Amino acid sequence: MGLQALFFYLFAFVAVASAFMVIAAKNPVYSVLFLIVTFFNAAGLFLLTGAEFLAMILLVVYVGAVAVLFLFVVMMLDVDFAALRSGIIEHAPVGALVGLVLAVELIVVIGGSTLSPEIATHAAHPIPPISERTNTAALGDVLYTNYVYFFQIAGLVLLVAMIGAIVLTLRHRENIKRQDISVQVARTPETAVEVIKVKPGQGL
Amino acid sequence: MEIGISHYLTVSAILFTLGVFGIFINRKNVIIILMSIELILLAVNINMVAFSAFLNDIVGQVFALFILTVAAAEAAIGLAILVVFYRNRGSIAVEDVNVMKG
Repeated sequence: MGLQALFFYLFAFVAVASAFMVIAAKNPVYSVLFLIVTFFNAAGLFLLTGAEFLAMILLVVYVGAVAVLFLFVVMMLDVDFAALRSGIIEHAPVGALVGLVLAVELIVVIGGSTLSPEIATHAAHPIPPISERTNTAALGDVLYTNYVYFFQIAGLVLLVAMIGAIVLTLRHRENIKRQDISVQVARTPETAVEVIKVKPGQGL
Repeated sequence: MEIGISHYLTVSAILFTLGVFGIFINRKNVIIILMSIELILLAVNINMVAFSAFLNDIVGQVFALFILTVAAAEAAIGLAILVVFYRNRGSIAVEDVNVMKG
C-alpha cells in the first residue's frame, strides 16, 4: 500500500460517504454542504489520476458556482422541507432495489472486463509526459485545435443557459417606483415649474 | 496493491448508484433530485477521467470538461425553473407539478 493507494481510499471513502449524506440528510442546506465535500474529494481523485486542470475546474465551477447556486435557492425558497420528506420510508425499498440491481450490474461489468494492454497504443491524443508539457497546456493543445468547434458550442450552451435563467426569473413587478427615463427627459420648464405672482401682504 | 482503473470505476459506479437511489427516495423534493443528478454527472466525469488516465488519451479529459459545462448549465436552468415554479405555486413538491395536465 503506497501513499497513492492510501489517498485513493481516503478520497473515495469520504466521497461515497458524503454522497450518501447528500441524499439522506434531513436539511437540504446540509445536503448542499455534503455535496461540496463530495466535489472536493472527487477533485482529489482527479488529482491522483493526473487530471490537475479538471480538478481545479471542478472546484471552481462546482464548489464556487453550482453549489453556491444550490445554497442560494435552498435558502431563498421558504419551503417546509420536513413535509417533503414524508414519503421517504415507503419509497426507500423500491429505490434500494433499483439501486442494488444497478450497482450489481455495474460492478459485474467492471469486474468482469479487462482492458487489452495494446489499447493504450491507439490513443487519439496521447498524454505527453508531465516533464515536457503540463496537464493544462496539453489539454489546451487539443481543446483549441481539434475540438475548437465543440469548445465554441460549449460556450454557446453556457450563453443559452445564462439567457434562459435570466428570462425565466426576471419579472416586472407592479406598484414599484421605477425610474422612467423618457418621462424625465420629456420634462420642460412648463410642466415642472409653476410661477405664481404673489401680491405683497396677501399670501396665496 | 496497485490502484487500477477498476478502483476508480467502482467508486464512480457507487456514486452513480447513490444518485439514482437519491432520486427514488426523495421523490418529493426537487432540490435533492437536482443534487442527485449532479452526483450522477460527477460519477460519469470520474469514469471519463479514469479512462483518460489509464488509456493515456487526453480526449477523455476534454469530454469531461464538456460534461462539466453541460452540468453547470443544467443546474442553472433547473434552479431557475424551480424558482419560477415556486413563485407561481408556492410549493416545490413534485406531485404539484401538474399544471399542464389536461
